[in-house]
Amino acid sequence: MLVFTLASVSLVFVIGIGLYYRSIPILNKLSWFDLLTKSAWKPMKGLFGFYPFIMGTLWVTAIAIIIALPLSIFTSLYLVEYAHAKIKRVLIPFVNLLSGIPPVIYGVWGVLFIVPLIQEHIAPHFIEFSTGYSVLAGGIVLAVMIFPLIVSIITEVLTTIPQDLKDASLSIGATKWETIKKVIIRKATPGIIAATVLAISRAFGETIAVLMVCGNNAVVPHSVFDTGYPLPALIANNYGEMMSIPLYDSALMFAALLLFIIILLFNIISRVILARLERNLTT
Amino acid sequence: MIKRKIEELFFKVLMILATIIVTGSFFLIVGTIFSKGVPYMNLDMITKIPGGGFYIGKEGGVLNAIIGSLYIAGGATILGLIISIPVAIYINMYIDGKKFKSNLIRLAFDVLFGIPSIVYGAFGFLIMVYFGIRASLLGGIIAVTLLVIPILVRTLDEVIRTVPGELRDAALSLGATRWEAAKVILRQIRPGIFTAILLSFGRGIGDVASVLFTAGFSDNIPTSLHEPAATLPLAIFFQLGSPVEEVQGRAYASALILTIVVLIITVLAELLIKKFSKHKI
Amino acid sequence: MTNTPHISVQDFNVYIENQHILKNININIPNKSVTSIIGPSGCGKTTLLKSFNRLLDNTANVKIDGKVLVDGENIYDPNVEVTHIRKKMGLLSQRPYPLPMSIYDNVAYGPRIHGIRNKSELDELVELQLKATGLWNEVKDRLNASATRLSIGQQQRLCLARGLAVEPEIILGDESTSALDPVSTHIIEDLFINLKQKYTIVLVTHILRQARRVSDYIIFVYMGKIIEFGPTEEVLLNPKEELTREYVKGFIS
Repeated sequence: MLVFTLASVSLVFVIGIGLYYRSIPILNKLSWFDLLTKSAWKPMKGLFGFYPFIMGTLWVTAIAIIIALPLSIFTSLYLVEYAHAKIKRVLIPFVNLLSGIPPVIYGVWGVLFIVPLIQEHIAPHFIEFSTGYSVLAGGIVLAVMIFPLIVSIITEVLTTIPQDLKDASLSIGATKWETIKKVIIRKATPGIIAATVLAISRAFGETIAVLMVCGNNAVVPHSVFDTGYPLPALIANNYGEMMSIPLYDSALMFAALLLFIIILLFNIISRVILARLERNLTT
Repeated sequence: MIKRKIEELFFKVLMILATIIVTGSFFLIVGTIFSKGVPYMNLDMITKIPGGGFYIGKEGGVLNAIIGSLYIAGGATILGLIISIPVAIYINMYIDGKKFKSNLIRLAFDVLFGIPSIVYGAFGFLIMVYFGIRASLLGGIIAVTLLVIPILVRTLDEVIRTVPGELRDAALSLGATRWEAAKVILRQIRPGIFTAILLSFGRGIGDVASVLFTAGFSDNIPTSLHEPAATLPLAIFFQLGSPVEEVQGRAYASALILTIVVLIITVLAELLIKKFSKHKI
Repeated sequence: MTNTPHISVQDFNVYIENQHILKNININIPNKSVTSIIGPSGCGKTTLLKSFNRLLDNTANVKIDGKVLVDGENIYDPNVEVTHIRKKMGLLSQRPYPLPMSIYDNVAYGPRIHGIRNKSELDELVELQLKATGLWNEVKDRLNASATRLSIGQQQRLCLARGLAVEPEIILGDESTSALDPVSTHIIEDLFINLKQKYTIVLVTHILRQARRVSDYIIFVYMGKIIEFGPTEEVLLNPKEELTREYVKGFIS
């Protein structure tokens, strides 16, 4: 038992070390700084600039959070503070079902629904032409994917806020909304931050759904209708062919290492916040 | 007062709209998949392997992917359980009292849970290269096992924690060893183990990024662990990009099959979880 | 009972989760005096208190019928403004629940909500209410500190000041001293006695000694019914009903 426990816990380190080990060849050739800030991606010529992929990831993630966070906060507030028990019982299972849908299905939905929607109905209002395959499409699909994650954490945090505290505000004559705005949100802020951080790390790592709708051009996006090429998509798309090109394999492992480090940090931060919050509210 | 009431009303409407969008997106997704998939659905789809190559052949179905998915998700879940059950028991029975230690282990699994499947895929590939395994059923099972271990441990841990401490103490006070007491608890949480299996299977069957370069892809049903295997998500992913309409149709039908399977699994798991934590929302 | 009732409860029934919690309550709460509601735990004391400012509205599966008149106005009338009702009453709960903000903002919370924006007016109000609750000298140098830094006793007085700042007519106390040490309890009790010159005060308490010390009238509730109501000394020392006698027996002997 101890062996299994240690083995699986140490998986965190083993993965990190394994990926780092395989990244060494490219790190010997190019500095971290160059890898992260150069834009040229020409594996044939030995040029590995990750900047476009990092920017692609950031664009998609930012769009997803901007869409998902307000919607999820409002949904959680409605479910916890306003919705009748019956409505809550009906709605919450659908949020959970949403979290069970596999990424590839989100991807298919993105291709069939979101991409045409952008191409035909959204983009024409702003620019001359877009295929629809864009960081916006990736952001929207990702936003829907992280709804359940954010909603479930925030509803849990909201339900742990004592009714007496809400009553204290209501009994002064505050409306429900004023109580939410001035008391509940303030009390729930650490939980909202933790949920956001967790959602960001989830969005960073999402591969297939994003890959299917983003267009995958190794160019830094400048508008939401531009194509983008997030890091996970880079790994997924090129793994098969990497063997024949020197350093390519190492470069992709470096991409995985980068993802791993960022997500590890974000996860630890949000879990620590949540654990502390739980302790504060239960004692 | 009027202003305050309008403000409240405004935000209430906003909240209801947000709720409609969030829950409605579920119906939008399922609706899209059904409307596209149903026309291509037929018996051949689930009883035949693709004829003439998965990318261009117009005949046949996706039986290869269905079987491959079952093998990989099933194999990974079994392998994962063998590892996870002892871990969950260890966290709860052998180191309780030392809160810090068990919480640190829980944190590790929370973090592992957050690691994206593409990283597990890449890491699984490293293991395969190290042991000289080619892209195969076995490779896929290894990568997906890594992916589902955190899910299994977290779910089992949560379920074991709902077992009243008295039951465990009672078993121990009767002179049972810890391992015997653990068996009592395992019997107690049997439905919980089933939930964990469902969640793990659901995740395993739906994931692409972890099997993308570990399982390979094949038009045939694998007959040994060392043969490459197709999976449903991969079949969707690859066939969707085909220029041939019938092949795209196979992708839509596969998406429909996968969605139905995963929805059934999620609903079952939900029902079981509800039985366990009535106090939670 | 010499003065006109401030709160008048008429044929009032409350059901929660299909259980009949309050049964046919009829009571007139006298103006500008302290009335204590006593009774064994689970008898419906707190439910009765919370029905006075409609905090029951937030309870799941609740059904209410009957009337509660405050200043002659039925607060359960569908046309009535809930926030307006609640503004008339300050609530002091079992444990202090300071809002997650500074000491100053806690007291200024109510006035701000009800539209006072003027800084000097707010300053004046905050000082006035903190003085009324005897906190001013203890906190005047750290008004911007978080309210959660105060001791529990100070927090409870802050909550009282917060309630008073919206200039209510009625103060409701739900076992407001049960989490406090004896010294803080004494301070709060004295505050109630002083405040009754300006306010009508209704307290829920399970401490009969406290009921006797601070209240003018006592309501004895048992199993969701009002068994007896009258001046403090009469109910405690010379009860008319058998049930009341049983309950206060320990107190008399």
